[in-house]
Amino acid sequence: MIKLENVTKVYQDGTKAVKDLSLEIEKGEFCIFLGPSGCGKTTSMKMINRLIPLTSGKIFVDGVDVMKLDPNELRRGIGYAIQNIGLFPHLTVMENIATVPMLQKWPKKKWRTRAAELLHLVGMDPGTFLDRYPSELSGGQQQRVGVARCLGADPPILLMDEPFGAIDPITRAKLQDEFLKIQSKIKKTIAFVTHDINEAIKMGDRIALLRQGELIQYSDPATLLNEPKNEFVRNFVGADRVLKGMRLYRARDVMQEPPLMFTEDENPSTVGEQMRQNMLNWAMLVDKKKRFLGWITYADLEKSASLREIMVEPAVTTSPETPLNEAISLMLNSAIGNLSVVDDEGHLLGVLTFEIIRNILSQESDDKKSDGGVKK
Amino acid sequence: MRKYVILGGLIALLLGITIWMTGLESVGIFKMAPATKVLKATARHLQIVGAAEALAIAIGIPIGFFSTRKAMRFVSPVLIGTANVGQTIPTLAFIGIAGAVLGMGYKAAVIALFIYGMLPIIRNTYAGIRSVDPSVIEAARGMGMSKMQITTRIELRLAMPVILAGIRTSTVVNVGTAAVAGMIGAGGLGELIVTGIAVRVTQIILQGAAPTAALAIILDAAIGGIENVITPRGLKILKAAQWQQ
Repeated sequence: MIKLENVTKVYQDGTKAVKDLSLEIEKGEFCIFLGPSGCGKTTSMKMINRLIPLTSGKIFVDGVDVMKLDPNELRRGIGYAIQNIGLFPHLTVMENIATVPMLQKWPKKKWRTRAAELLHLVGMDPGTFLDRYPSELSGGQQQRVGVARCLGADPPILLMDEPFGAIDPITRAKLQDEFLKIQSKIKKTIAFVTHDINEAIKMGDRIALLRQGELIQYSDPATLLNEPKNEFVRNFVGADRVLKGMRLYRARDVMQEPPLMFTEDENPSTVGEQMRQNMLNWAMLVDKKKRFLGWITYADLEKSASLREIMVEPAVTTSPETPLNEAISLMLNSAIGNLSVVDDEGHLLGVLTFEIIRNILSQESDDKKSDGGVKK
Repeated sequence: MRKYVILGGLIALLLGITIWMTGLESVGIFKMAPATKVLKATARHLQIVGAAEALAIAIGIPIGFFSTRKAMRFVSPVLIGTANVGQTIPTLAFIGIAGAVLGMGYKAAVIALFIYGMLPIIRNTYAGIRSVDPSVIEAARGMGMSKMQITTRIELRLAMPVILAGIRTSTVVNVGTAAVAGMIGAGGLGELIVTGIAVRVTQIILQGAAPTAALAIILDAAIGGIENVITPRGLKILKAAQWQQ
């Protein structure tokens, strides 16, 4: 879909911003350009839509050499979002989102319906926001409109330059999650620039790590974390790369069937017997519809004749979509040390324990040795 | 509301003085200018200001605009510097110099006022365009707007309130400067004032001065009105929000 061939950029003052860069981004792939500042990641991205002219080499979009296209036509066919958003302050949200449809001379009637559709997609109410001005929106809302705007004419390719860089961490995480959800629906080919390794791991299908204009490693996040090509990559991903790798898993990938699960009318002595047999000091209590109620500990069993009375209410439960790193921090906070995974209606799906996670991790490193990395 | 009452009152007062003075017909041995002459002088005054402003806008906005372009980066400091320093020359001195260089009469006055009036327009156009957020321009470029579209739909639209403020300053100043241009024989209301001063008759001075003042107030309010209408709503909201912070 996007192909860079021996691309080099030398600025007028002689700085070599990008050196002989070759890489390919496949259709529907979320590709991250990652690296410290001055590594050439933004320059590389901006050469794709010719905002920055290339010194030598070739860039193909959908098999066509971009130098053979009219630059404005090329750009209208590629979505573009930047860190500072750059919404037009004198135009309404609707007019902002419809910028490219307007430039492509869509009939006027379609501008509004398209803008409403996209606003809805990014989680904003069209009725409330279509006719507002950018200055009436919060930072997070402006960023959403910026994302909606880059999707304006439904381009197959998006270029995004740290689009979530300028907002607070909580909103950023939320926008990242939402954008991943959107991407799973719209399947765009994306070149996404960031200097944040965590964002790269979370968002990317593939990561191109650059340093001083050179491509150091181009691989999927798991490989980048587990098999850093050299010292630079090792340092860049950081000493906590095992913990960072946890982001790549969701609770549903790791959770196991609850080893012991009882309904509340079960006889406590039977429960105790089973716990002894399984050498477990905890069990899970569910109702008749398998909705999770709470934990039973062995020590409490003798205190009462009813399971319901000795049950420890769950302080936290989690959804199957939670990244493993977040799940672990929930487990560290819970008195039981285990975490129940439930669906939206509260049905028990599985359980996470430290032991399970430790097993997964050791298996993981064995796999590495044999086949070189897991697919996300 | 109060603003309009004060404005209306002031204009009425000044016009009242003009009509009253004209009605006197003569003061001592001196004859007052007849009503037709006052009207003609007013029309001439407007003509001078109008012609000078039209030229100043037509040439000042492009100069201010092109001064912001990269290609002009070596010339623009000189241009903008000249515009800034030029504005500090007092009107009286400017007209004096203009009279010496360009000679006397209507044409010389229009040229002088055009040059003088162009300065705030150049300066404000430059400042207005420069104040446009670079990320807005980058986004526009990235989405495939042509240079022309960026200029007309983004830069000039966003700079318009500031440019209009420059035109407003320029016009109001030039109504006054045109009166001073009476000294170099431009005609207009300045002529009445100059005559009045020469024969030391306050009433004749007032006959020229009062309508000049009224003219300045009326034009200021009118352009202010245009400014208000033309400023995009989104920018007003933005400004209000910035004030609150």
